Amino acid sequence: MNQKSNFLKGFIRENPVFVLVLGMCPTLGVSSSAFNGLGMGLATTFVLLMSNLIISLIKNFIPDKVRIPAFIVVIATFVTIVDLVMAAYAPGLHAQLGIFIPLIVVNCIVLGRAEAFASRNNPLSSVIDGFGMGLGFAFALTLLGSVREMLGSGSIFGLKFIPTNADGILIFILAPGAFITLGFLIAIINQLSKPAKS
Amino acid sequence: MAKRESSLKNMISTLLVITLVASAALAGVYNLTKEPIAAATKKKTENAIKEVIPPFDRLERFAVMPSDGPDSLILYKGYKGDSIVGTAVQTYTYKGFSGYISIMVGFNADGSINDIAVLEHKETPGLGTKMAEPKFKDQFKNLNIAQLTNQKVKVTKDQGTIEAITAATISSRAFCDAVQRAWENQKKGGEK
Repeated sequence: MNQKSNFLKGFIRENPVFVLVLGMCPTLGVSSSAFNGLGMGLATTFVLLMSNLIISLIKNFIPDKVRIPAFIVVIATFVTIVDLVMAAYAPGLHAQLGIFIPLIVVNCIVLGRAEAFASRNNPLSSVIDGFGMGLGFAFALTLLGSVREMLGSGSIFGLKFIPTNADGILIFILAPGAFITLGFLIAIINQLSKPAKS
Repeated sequence: MAKRESSLKNMISTLLVITLVASAALAGVYNLTKEPIAAATKKKTENAIKEVIPPFDRLERFAVMPSDGPDSLILYKGYKGDSIVGTAVQTYTYKGFSGYISIMVGFNADGSINDIAVLEHKETPGLGTKMAEPKFKDQFKNLNIAQLTNQKVKVTKDQGTIEAITAATISSRAFCDAVQRAWENQKKGGEK
C-alpha cells in the first residue's frame, strides 16, 4: 500500500465516524456546532499522530500481554499535554473545548489505530495513518457539527443567518438530533460510495 | 528486532519504564505551563471583575462562607480613593442542568446589580448557554434584590420577575440561585 492511499483511507474509505463508526461518544457529544467539532477533531488528530508515532517506535519493546496498558499510558500522556498546553497558550479555545479534551483518552479511535495499525507498521506509515484518520475524524465532526448547527441554531461557525430572535430546530442541538443527523449522513455516504452497477 | 516475550520480568520492567518516562514528560510540561495557566486564569478573573463593576483603583479580596452552600464565595471590593464603588462576587450554584455554574456578579455601592459575567458552566449548547447572552443577562442590570418580594430573585414560572430562557428553565433557575447567593453575601466582610 503506498503512502497516499494510506493517508486517504482514513479520510474516505475507512472514515472513523462514517465507515468504522468508532468513537461515537465524543462524536455525538461535541458535534453540536461546527467550531466545536473542528476543535475536537484537530486535538484528536494531534493525539493520534503522536501516539501512533510513539507506539510504532516502541512496539517491539512492549510485551504483548501488557500492550493495552502501555498504549493507554502513552495516549493519556499526550492528551494531558494537549490539555495543559491549550490551557496555557489558548485559554479561549480551552474554555470552549476543555471539558471534551479528557474524553480523547477513551476515544476508541486512538486506541483502535494503535492496536490495529501502529503496533504492526513502521513509524512513517503509522504517522501518515494517524494523520489521515485524525483529519477524517475532524472532517466528519465538522460536517456533522455544521449540519446540526445550521438546523439547530440557524448559524454556521457561530455566524447567524436567521433573525437573531428566531430559534432553530431545537432537537438537532440535543443528543437525538446527533443520532438522526449521523444516520442520514451515513446513508448518504453509503449511497455515494456504493460501487457502480455494471 | 524481535518482539520481547511476555515474561513477568519483561512486563514489569516495560510498564515501569513507560510510566516513568510518561510522568517525567508530564512533570516537565506541567512546570512549563504552570505559570502561563495561572496568568491566564488570573487575567480571566480580572477581566470579569472589570466587566461587572464600575471603574476602580484598588481591589480587596475576601472569602466568605455562605450559609447554604458547600464552597466559599470570593468577594472583590473595588475602591476608588476611600469609598467603595462596587463589589464583584464570584458565586456559584450546583443546580444547573449539568451541575456546577460559576458566575461573577457585580453590585453597585447601593446593592443593585451592575452587570454579570459567566465564568464557567457545562450547560447544553444552544439552550443553557444563552444565559451568557444579553437577552437573558441584561434583565438583572440595575435590579435591586432588596426591593423584590421576599427579597428573592426568581423566574416568572416561580412568580418572580426574570423571564427564563426558552427551554432552559433549569439553567435560568440556577442562574437566579447563584445571583441570590451573591446578593446575600455581598455585604459581608469576611477574612482576607
